[in-house]
Amino acid sequence: MIDTSDQTLPAAGQGVARARSEVLVKVDGLVKYYPIFGGFLRRKMGDVKAVDDVTFTINRGEVFGLVGESGCGKSTLGRTLIRLQPRTAGAATLAGEDIFAKKGKDLKRLRRRMQIIFQDPVGSLNPRMPISDIIGEGLLAQADDENKWGKRDVRDARVGDYLDAVGLRRDYSRRYPHEFSGGQRQRIGIARALALSPEVVICDEPVSALDVSIQSQILNLLLDLRREFDLTYLFIAHNLSVIQYISDSVGVMYLGKLVEVADVDELYSNPRHPYTIALLSAVPEPDPRVRKRRIVLTGDVPSPAAPPSGCRFHTRCWLREQLGRPEVCSTEVPELRVVAGGHNVACHFAESVTPAAAVEAAHIIPTPIASDDAEPIAAIGGLTGEGLEAAEVTEAAEAAQAEVAGTDDAGTDAGTGDRPA
Amino acid sequence: MSSVITATAAPAAAPNLPPPADTLLEVRDLRTYFHVMDGTVRAVDGVSYSIKRGQTLGIVGESGCGKSVTALTVMRLLDIPPAEIASGSVWFKGRDLLTYTDEQMRLVRGNEISMIFQEPMTSLNPVYTIGDQISEGVVLHQKLSKKAGLEKAIESLRLVGINNPERRVKQYPHEMSGGMRQRAMIAMALSCDPDLIIADEPTTALDVTIQAQILELIRKVQDETGAALMLITHDLGVVAETVQDVVVMYAGRVVEQGSVDEVLLAPKHPYTEGLIESIPSKGKRGQRLNVIKGTVANPFNLPKGCNFMPRCPYAFDPCPAHDPRIGDASPPDVACWLYTRAPGAGPPPKLRPRVPALEVGPS
Repeated sequence: MIDTSDQTLPAAGQGVARARSEVLVKVDGLVKYYPIFGGFLRRKMGDVKAVDDVTFTINRGEVFGLVGESGCGKSTLGRTLIRLQPRTAGAATLAGEDIFAKKGKDLKRLRRRMQIIFQDPVGSLNPRMPISDIIGEGLLAQADDENKWGKRDVRDARVGDYLDAVGLRRDYSRRYPHEFSGGQRQRIGIARALALSPEVVICDEPVSALDVSIQSQILNLLLDLRREFDLTYLFIAHNLSVIQYISDSVGVMYLGKLVEVADVDELYSNPRHPYTIALLSAVPEPDPRVRKRRIVLTGDVPSPAAPPSGCRFHTRCWLREQLGRPEVCSTEVPELRVVAGGHNVACHFAESVTPAAAVEAAHIIPTPIASDDAEPIAAIGGLTGEGLEAAEVTEAAEAAQAEVAGTDDAGTDAGTGDRPA
Repeated sequence: MSSVITATAAPAAAPNLPPPADTLLEVRDLRTYFHVMDGTVRAVDGVSYSIKRGQTLGIVGESGCGKSVTALTVMRLLDIPPAEIASGSVWFKGRDLLTYTDEQMRLVRGNEISMIFQEPMTSLNPVYTIGDQISEGVVLHQKLSKKAGLEKAIESLRLVGINNPERRVKQYPHEMSGGMRQRAMIAMALSCDPDLIIADEPTTALDVTIQAQILELIRKVQDETGAALMLITHDLGVVAETVQDVVVMYAGRVVEQGSVDEVLLAPKHPYTEGLIESIPSKGKRGQRLNVIKGTVANPFNLPKGCNFMPRCPYAFDPCPAHDPRIGDASPPDVACWLYTRAPGAGPPPKLRPRVPALEVGPS
């Protein structure tokens, strides 16, 4: 079922999912801070604001892609949502039921409905357990009189079924994780998550650690399983191509904040947040015929322990430079607001990004490639396109350069909280 | 455009003579084996390629295909044993590096050829300052005083766009972010004005916006210093944007080579074609990705004929028994029996010319 055969199956989710739009997961103002202790008596010094006031919904049967750079809080969001760690504030519901209010038996029942696939196929499987026990462990924990998962033969039969479903042989069930390749281990992780028949699966970078050829096998598998078991995915990844391929809707995160949420086609063809535009323009294109007009963001992501005031992106924002550094960016936190049907952006100046300009910025400009084509890929040039003279563009670029100086230093001076490599 | 790569015939056919003067580096029929407990791994098994002065070459392949081991062999950085350089030659500026003594090699490393490693955290020494680590090379190779070495370190940090380099040279690696550390690595690689820079997955550990910065920087310094660049990566996007010529490796062999345009737009080898087709993109939404079936060949148990045969959708009569090599084939830039007649076999079947849809990625 994983091989190259049958090419054109029904859409990756477009048709099926769009038809019904029942909200399955609703996240409202979710906040997760990690306290920093230090100094004399190890008092609380501050917080790492990993997830800060995030709101979105996922429809049943949909793949919601969450994309952002490392340290932006996307994994924390996933883990907090399924209660692998306590939240700091905010609310979330699964099919109308409050996720954070559940206790005891109810919580256990809830866990069966929300599962997670982890990134690292080596680190997330216990090397001392045969895979039948790894996959069956959740079943054992959730065993009751009704499902009879406490009985070995019932459990093993179910483990076998799910090994089949993910394309592994049933008789591998007594083998240990080290006997499998990376792609196979990821299949085991998927079988483990699915064995409990969850409704929502958090896919936390499930293909990031895999080679390209294996990555595509796993993506195919995830889409097959979604159809077969009627699943809803929260798909977390940093790879924009993967997100575009698999998602129905996409949320872009930066420093713990959701900066843009939209339907996948809308987001990729008409991005409105300057960070999304920069992110899209930074993806290297495997087609040598096309050259992108690249926006190179300067400096590093600031520390989430001391995020910039106002809009968290303002220290690296190219749009702010173009607009002559309006003060509101550094003083007021932009709310996520609707700019078009179903398209939400958290930027004070989202309207300044005209659709045409954004398309030009993020889209690819085909140029006949020539070896002497050493023309530097314009940094900020011509983004808003309107009335910007060449000289102004250069000025803006220089201003941006000057800003790098500031951010670069600020970023590292914040020291302790600087994100790990 | 493909002139940079010259298909080298097997050494038996051509005597081992130095390549023409404009060839900076030529690797000929290199074989690097590792003798380990479970047997012998032929990590690099008959690889040939060359780079002219000032040119850029990309080496692409999945993990375990031997792309990094080739680079480490060129730099002579492997532990022997367990490694063994079984055959081949590495011509650099007209001399064979494999015949060098360790002393002679030390004068080349970091001076004429320098390397940028993947992991900026683990490749920098945590107990020395950035300045010490950069100046170590210049002090050693250019016989500068320690003070002049530090000056040089400051200068190269400024070249790679690090602000306030006077302060940075006194800092330790942990005080810098990932992107800054990778910049420092590049500064180190540049400090002695090398003729060849080998960059081994320089951006793999970095975020996409930082990757864009670093690629831009590598392009810029390569342009300014005129050094040749050998870029090792698994990311076809990075290759398409950074280099002129490409070598595609699979299980220790070069399976295809040519200019970026030739290889990415009209791939010949089924493996290259599969790699390109398995990139997820917008145009493939709603379809299954066309994957390469199976997994990367087990290095202890390689197939007898073509290494790629078990995964190849086009495998036919000669593939299980005969091992295709670049150089055997005509045209010589692909190692596949579809393009040449195998010994004792009939002409290859006519396949439809298949150009994989190189869909424009996310945007």
